[in-house]
Amino acid sequence: MSTVVELFVEFAILSFVAFGGATALLPEMHRLVVDQHHWLDAATFTHLYAIAQAAPGPNVLVVTLIGWQIAGLAGALAATLAMCLPMSVLIYLLIDHWERFSGRRWQRAISLGVAPLAVGLIFSGATLITQSVGLSGAAFGVLAVTAVAAVRTRWHPLWFIAAGAILGASGLL
Amino acid sequence: MSKDCTNENGARPVLRALFLDFSTVGLSGFGGVLPFARRMLVERRGWMTAEEFNAQLGLCQFLPGPNVVNLAVLVGKRHGGLAGAIVAPLGLLAGPFAIVVLLAMLYDAYGQLPIAQSMLRGIAAAGAGLLFAMAWRMGSAIRDKAVFLPFAALVVLGVAGLRWPMLWVMLAGLACSGGLAYWRLGRR
Repeated sequence: MSTVVELFVEFAILSFVAFGGATALLPEMHRLVVDQHHWLDAATFTHLYAIAQAAPGPNVLVVTLIGWQIAGLAGALAATLAMCLPMSVLIYLLIDHWERFSGRRWQRAISLGVAPLAVGLIFSGATLITQSVGLSGAAFGVLAVTAVAAVRTRWHPLWFIAAGAILGASGLL
Repeated sequence: MSKDCTNENGARPVLRALFLDFSTVGLSGFGGVLPFARRMLVERRGWMTAEEFNAQLGLCQFLPGPNVVNLAVLVGKRHGGLAGAIVAPLGLLAGPFAIVVLLAMLYDAYGQLPIAQSMLRGIAAAGAGLLFAMAWRMGSAIRDKAVFLPFAALVVLGVAGLRWPMLWVMLAGLACSGGLAYWRLGRR
């Protein structure tokens, strides 16, 4: 089996256990790509994760970077499709059944019940990213100011990102 | 507003709007697109209300797969059928895909420079702040906060604190908080 096909199959299987999105999958992807198949070394894997966080686009694109490093453009396409396509098809088919029961008591209960869990997952993701960066005092200041200002103002989030990039590049963090 | 797109103008403007709006979401979202998706879909373009966003995002997060891609499929299907469900995630991913491939080439060439490493740290710090702000805003949209926000705290404890498998945390959480919601809905 060629590497590209193998990559597609492995990531497509992974996509079915990607509860909480691609970020939640990082330990499992590390095990697969670094330890099991030896497609990448550990240092490269960590760098790719950092680049994906700094790049525009959904977090899932870390998979694109991994695919590219393993097998070039074909690898990037295969990894991205494998991660996105299976659940996209499934959710396309599922949503009608979900909406057909719109307004039923159990359906409203699930909607109401899932919302706080989603808040918890986003907050968890934020704390895990914070830990992974290993923040100094100044970097934590950037984080806190960004969080408060993004809640209180209507400024475009890109300004905060740009400020973080400039402060980081100037060596202040 | 979505009214302009969905009513008289027919299918093509909807598809174009879906593609362009989700391209904007994808291209302007750094360190995760969710804050940008919310801003575009709810606050600027009115594809959905804040409560719909919470509920559908909750569904997308309950299901496996990339949340934002799933969300694009849902919004795309609702406003543009099968074509919409294809066009919206394509718009979301096409631009960022190209940029990420470019960055991969740059990384191969310049990734070892210290200035590149410290810049990534600054970006990640701001990105984490944006995620905290988003959690705060989504929490504010929940009614009956005293009843339901403790479940958000329990998820944080289980997922971020104890590093439990997310599947079990979500199933247990949904059983408890969904069950409580079911009971409270019947009481009214």
